[in-house]
Amino acid sequence: MKQNKLWFVKGLRDGIPIALGYLAVAFTLGIAARNVGLTAFQAAFMSITNVTSAGEFAALGLIASGAAYVEMAVMQLIINLRYCLMSCTLSQKLDSKLPFIHRLFVAYGVTDEIFGISASVDGKLNPFYSYGAICVAVPGWTLGTYLGVVLGNVMPDRILSAMSVALYGMFIAIIIPPSRKDKVIAGLIVISMAASSLFTYIPVLRDISAGFRIIILTVVIAGVAAILFPVKSECEPKNQEELKKTG
Amino acid sequence: MKNNVYLYILVMAAVTYLIRVLPLTLIRKEIKNITIRSFLYYVPYVTLAVMTFPAILSATGSIWSGLISFAVAVLLAYYGASLFKVSVGACLTVFILELIM
Repeated sequence: MKQNKLWFVKGLRDGIPIALGYLAVAFTLGIAARNVGLTAFQAAFMSITNVTSAGEFAALGLIASGAAYVEMAVMQLIINLRYCLMSCTLSQKLDSKLPFIHRLFVAYGVTDEIFGISASVDGKLNPFYSYGAICVAVPGWTLGTYLGVVLGNVMPDRILSAMSVALYGMFIAIIIPPSRKDKVIAGLIVISMAASSLFTYIPVLRDISAGFRIIILTVVIAGVAAILFPVKSECEPKNQEELKKTG
Repeated sequence: MKNNVYLYILVMAAVTYLIRVLPLTLIRKEIKNITIRSFLYYVPYVTLAVMTFPAILSATGSIWSGLISFAVAVLLAYYGASLFKVSVGACLTVFILELIM
């Protein structure tokens, strides 16, 4: 019991830098949500129920274009598939004797950053550590989204233009560090960006919606890479280490 | 917007939560299939790369501020800056460039 409280407090503390990062990034998400026509409450509701930057960012485009609900489901499945691997890792990290309900709560907070700090704990993960981080980081994410919608239009264009690259900066911060040590990832990033450019500018290909562009390219490129360059299990701790650094 | 926003959000939330909760609750053993593991391992890199470029070029006031902020972010990330610093660095680059251009 006392142990749980200590872990919770430690989680709260480690969650602070994550919350600050989320606040800034969620603000631009809020601005994007506003441009699509979402109210502040709708955007905040989306953030507190989803807690996924890339997924929410991509969802706005689909909502704006009036895409089918199935398209939304498939898009989220593809974009957020990485959480599946993270949850697999965390399932090994939690004590198998732990009450089942903890697995349901820990699952809610599986984001790149919270996973990063949770997976890097020595030995077994006390779920209260993740809860502490969630209790700080998720309000930062939700509040940032809300403020982005409310304050978006009172911010000067120049500031908005600058803040609109925050999410891209975050994505770059996630993908670049692992590519230093892993040449396959470096090559994949270059190929992905080149293919994405082709699909954005070439006639006919550019008519494919942004949602399906991401889905098609991800499945094809990651699929071919998985067959040509299978990852040995030793790579996983390295991945966690990188995620911890970016978090 | 033709469809219900709340329905979209609930579809997203349900799919995203299922992705997170199913492995944690159902799979207690490690995934052994190397191809599936490898595919999942590569997915975030490909997805985020596809989403970032060339979209970043049209996100700002001009294609040049977008391109240079992209280069700055890649360099910052390459030399080990934190997620927060890379993100703020990209924003500052755009802000300064559009101030002087």
